[in-house]
Amino acid sequence: MTAMQIIFLITGAILLAASTMVVTARNLVHAALWLIASLFTVAILFALLEAGFLAAVQVVLYIGAIAILIIFAIMLTRRVMQDSGPQTNTQWWLGGLIALALFGALWFILPSVVYPLANASVPDNSLKTLGFALVDMNQYALPFEVASVLLLVALIGSIVVAGDRK
Amino acid sequence: MDFSKLLSDPVGFIAKLLTDLLVGQLHFPAPLVNVILMIIGVVVVASFCLVFPLFLIWFERRVVARMQDRIGPNRVGWQGLLQTIADALKLLSKEDITPIGADKVAYNISPVLAVVAVISMWAVIPFAHNMVGTDINIGALYIVSVGSLGTLAIMMGGWASNNKYALLGAFRTVAQLVSYEVPMILSLLVPVILARSMGLNDIVRAQSSVWFIFSAPLAAFIFFATSVAEVGRTPFDLLEAESEIVAGFHIEYSGMKFAMFFVAEFMHAFTVGALTAILFLGGWQGPWAEQVPWLGVVYFMLKAFVGYFLVILLRATLPRIRIDHMLDLNWKFFTPVALGAVVCTMITDKLIPTGVSPWVRGGGLFLANLILGWLTFFLLSGAARKMRQEEEGAGEGHASHAEEIGHDAHAPAEAHAAPAH
Repeated sequence: MTAMQIIFLITGAILLAASTMVVTARNLVHAALWLIASLFTVAILFALLEAGFLAAVQVVLYIGAIAILIIFAIMLTRRVMQDSGPQTNTQWWLGGLIALALFGALWFILPSVVYPLANASVPDNSLKTLGFALVDMNQYALPFEVASVLLLVALIGSIVVAGDRK
Repeated sequence: MDFSKLLSDPVGFIAKLLTDLLVGQLHFPAPLVNVILMIIGVVVVASFCLVFPLFLIWFERRVVARMQDRIGPNRVGWQGLLQTIADALKLLSKEDITPIGADKVAYNISPVLAVVAVISMWAVIPFAHNMVGTDINIGALYIVSVGSLGTLAIMMGGWASNNKYALLGAFRTVAQLVSYEVPMILSLLVPVILARSMGLNDIVRAQSSVWFIFSAPLAAFIFFATSVAEVGRTPFDLLEAESEIVAGFHIEYSGMKFAMFFVAEFMHAFTVGALTAILFLGGWQGPWAEQVPWLGVVYFMLKAFVGYFLVILLRATLPRIRIDHMLDLNWKFFTPVALGAVVCTMITDKLIPTGVSPWVRGGGLFLANLILGWLTFFLLSGAARKMRQEEEGAGEGHASHAEEIGHDAHAPAEAHAAPAH
């Protein structure tokens, strides 16, 4: 076992533990903080895969924006310190069933998948390749632009919703 | 042993010396030595970040004192240089209080996270062309992502303290830090576009002839102003506004935990100066900086202190901005102008043919910035004039109420209109 594998196993264990804590923590803010911990471990996994760009984006988007937004929403809408409602609703069995089914399906499918990139080396300048691929008409220019337009629509929509009507 | 290498490549020289010693003399396995060298590098950079604020705090107190016609600390050590150490020792001896009802884990992690966020930034900051923690190709993005951890630390601290003022401070933090991140990242894009790289060392290298403050003055201004807001310093110190919410998010912290927030804030303020120096003032660039990296360190530090001095100057001279003005300033001024600056830089940079002298390119970009700045000023003053006229019209319409409403209604309008003159 190489040092890299040991680090991967430790990170994976932390990720699993933190993710479990997200759904089992009684306090909502604690759940959000555990969510941040698990998102950060995912960033570490990205860094282990030599995808530094994705790791940084993971931290800045998921922790810097989304998680903080979640915490903010919790803080503003609940009795912050002593909030511990019921952890399940009436559909808990359905959710559990779907989760089990998904886990089972992955368990059966994953061993038989052939990973074409498993033995390939990481490209030297993956960031530049990614950047060029996003503006190349033959590659991902269209999805990239569609995503941009979607974000722009969301931006304008939020301004319309927030603006005062006269 | 070639000691001239100590001048030209100090980090490499020390690394080679240690490797020779550990592998050659003590027969350590080579991978282990690599790990040891990395740990030493981390310890050196992190210690610098923890010890340097001792000097920064003294420097800031003396400078602010000078600006306010006082003397400042001058008793302990030469010119009071050891004052901060005395203060730190005092803080060490203070009782470590955890308020009743506080969330212990989050309460204790928060100051650590605040310091870690700032220290981590220095991992990618190039002191000289070959003296940099790690020269990753996403340096600018890394800075942003690590900076967002600082926001998290403040929020956790404010929430975990079980204190309404701390919570109010945390709310303000989110409103301010998250919204000022938007124009900061947008203005950060401009040097990235100009340098064609997100690596901080590449950005510095791209400024070998023309500094980006010349080719992107608007972005430089916005980056600096929003970074000051990110640190939460006067005039943007709403998160710890003493006269409104006592001390904001760190109200319950005492002893060394408070000191950690303090250290983080001062180091972050200096980091703002350092980042401005790297992104817009040419970083370590200067005469003979390539040959003698130590000179590069000197140039870098001088430029960083120029930025830091400006931060202190703002703190000593400006009053605190009101919270609605703070948000207006961000969303109605900084963000649109930063967006405009990014688009303007992209178009101008594409229009100027490749191969022209960097000074021509810089001049063209400067001109484009000038036009954009003038346009912004024109639009702003027009909007302010319109707003003022509306206020005056409303004032005449309700002559009887003018005395009562007039003062309140006019105050913000005048504040808006002020730049128009």
